[in-house]
Amino acid sequence: MSFEIPDDCQFLDSHEWARREDRTVRIGISDFAQDELGDVVFVELPAEGDTVTAGEDFGVVESIKAVSDLYAPVSGTVVAANDDLVDAPELVNEDPYGDGWMLEVELDDESELEELLSPEEYDDQIA
Amino acid sequence: MTGRTPPLHAVHGDAGASFTDFGGWEMPVEFDSIRTEHAAVRESAGIFDVSHMGEIEVSGPDAERLLQRLTTNDVTALDPGEAQYAMVTDEDGIILDDTVVYNLPGDRDADYLFVPNAGHDGQLYDRWVDHRDEWGLDATVENRTEDYAMLALQGPEAEERLLDPVADDQRTAICDLSRFSAMTATVAGVDCLVARTGYTGEDGFEVIVPADEVETVWSQFDCQPCGLGARDTLRIEMGFLLSGQDFDPEDNPRNPYEAGVGFTVKLDTEFVGRDALERVDAEGVEEKLTGFRLVDRGVPRQGYTVQDLDGEAIGTVTSGTMSPTLDTPIGLAYLPVEYRSPGVNVQVLVRGESKKAQTQALPFLDR
Repeated sequence: MSFEIPDDCQFLDSHEWARREDRTVRIGISDFAQDELGDVVFVELPAEGDTVTAGEDFGVVESIKAVSDLYAPVSGTVVAANDDLVDAPELVNEDPYGDGWMLEVELDDESELEELLSPEEYDDQIA
Repeated sequence: MTGRTPPLHAVHGDAGASFTDFGGWEMPVEFDSIRTEHAAVRESAGIFDVSHMGEIEVSGPDAERLLQRLTTNDVTALDPGEAQYAMVTDEDGIILDDTVVYNLPGDRDADYLFVPNAGHDGQLYDRWVDHRDEWGLDATVENRTEDYAMLALQGPEAEERLLDPVADDQRTAICDLSRFSAMTATVAGVDCLVARTGYTGEDGFEVIVPADEVETVWSQFDCQPCGLGARDTLRIEMGFLLSGQDFDPEDNPRNPYEAGVGFTVKLDTEFVGRDALERVDAEGVEEKLTGFRLVDRGVPRQGYTVQDLDGEAIGTVTSGTMSPTLDTPIGLAYLPVEYRSPGVNVQVLVRGESKKAQTQALPFLDR
């Protein structure tokens, strides 16, 4: 089975992705992670204005069969959480890098992005 | 311990299943998604490989007596071709396992069959043999678990899917099969024991097939393959017990009255645990397996604490899930009997946070 790994994302080994947008970074979980979890039924996210810290948990994703902590790939201030996931948590399964995104964060430190896994490194990890 | 594998293991792997250890068996947990598989069973039909279930055959002049004395239900009430749900209890009336006992149709090699849960076949085989010897009964006991595979075809369309590969002259008999009845039928040319039983709340059949011919039978059914994930969500919606989870002689010792299966206990029969259960029946129980739903967002899971509204612990979740049919988080917990009536407000501690919950009548789903 092969999983989508977009070129423009970087990854944590706990399967979260981060993608540089114009002035912010978007965060979500990988295609591999959503497949492992199965049907996502509930996502608990921080609110706008909260801060997240690289490597620390920022929320929870619940699927029918499992519950999993979410870890922040970068540190910063939450400028948006994906409200669509409240009523449609299945977006995480259907479009993990698109409509199933979770947070948009204003970075504290640009250099943190460089410490994440590249798409190639992440591909090796889940292979 | 080396894992046991069902004869269809490679077939499931080719179909893209993911696997899990269940009672020492490496079984498919998911083929597509739990939601898809669950919906197929509720709305049309799904097929499960449940070869982790044990098969123990009992024959001979005292076969009926041996089963009568080791299970809670009344085996003498069964005519050939009939089955019943029963508990296996110890001297104290604690449930060791739940099982289905078959008085086999006359054309089978053995007289009786009972079906222990995953990984319990060895232990129950020993229990049967030891008691037979202790009581000096004339019966043969055979653990046939490795010789048979077991499939469960479940859902409102299960009957028509089953009939497709069945010989013409047996179709009427299968349609006439009532719940908890069984017959030998030729499915795709293979002689199988077909029983109208299941663990989903839907109409359906369990089919016991010689292990070396199960691939022929499995491949005949054109319907959604389902894994243990959907099997669990389907049974929780019905409030059906899972051995080792909703009761466990070591970790969660419960008697049938606490577990809500008192209907399987026939105190006018003689069996191990009867005297203890007679006392329990007379005195009543302090806790009962109770259904609840979460009002707040979250998913209750095994081991979570149930609290009263003051935050005092009153029980522990034994099974829980997001119900795919009801789209509501539901669970089972042993609670003091005063919480038994539906609509009582309680709380469930979900990852350190108290969530509102409410007791609910079982089953969660009308079927």
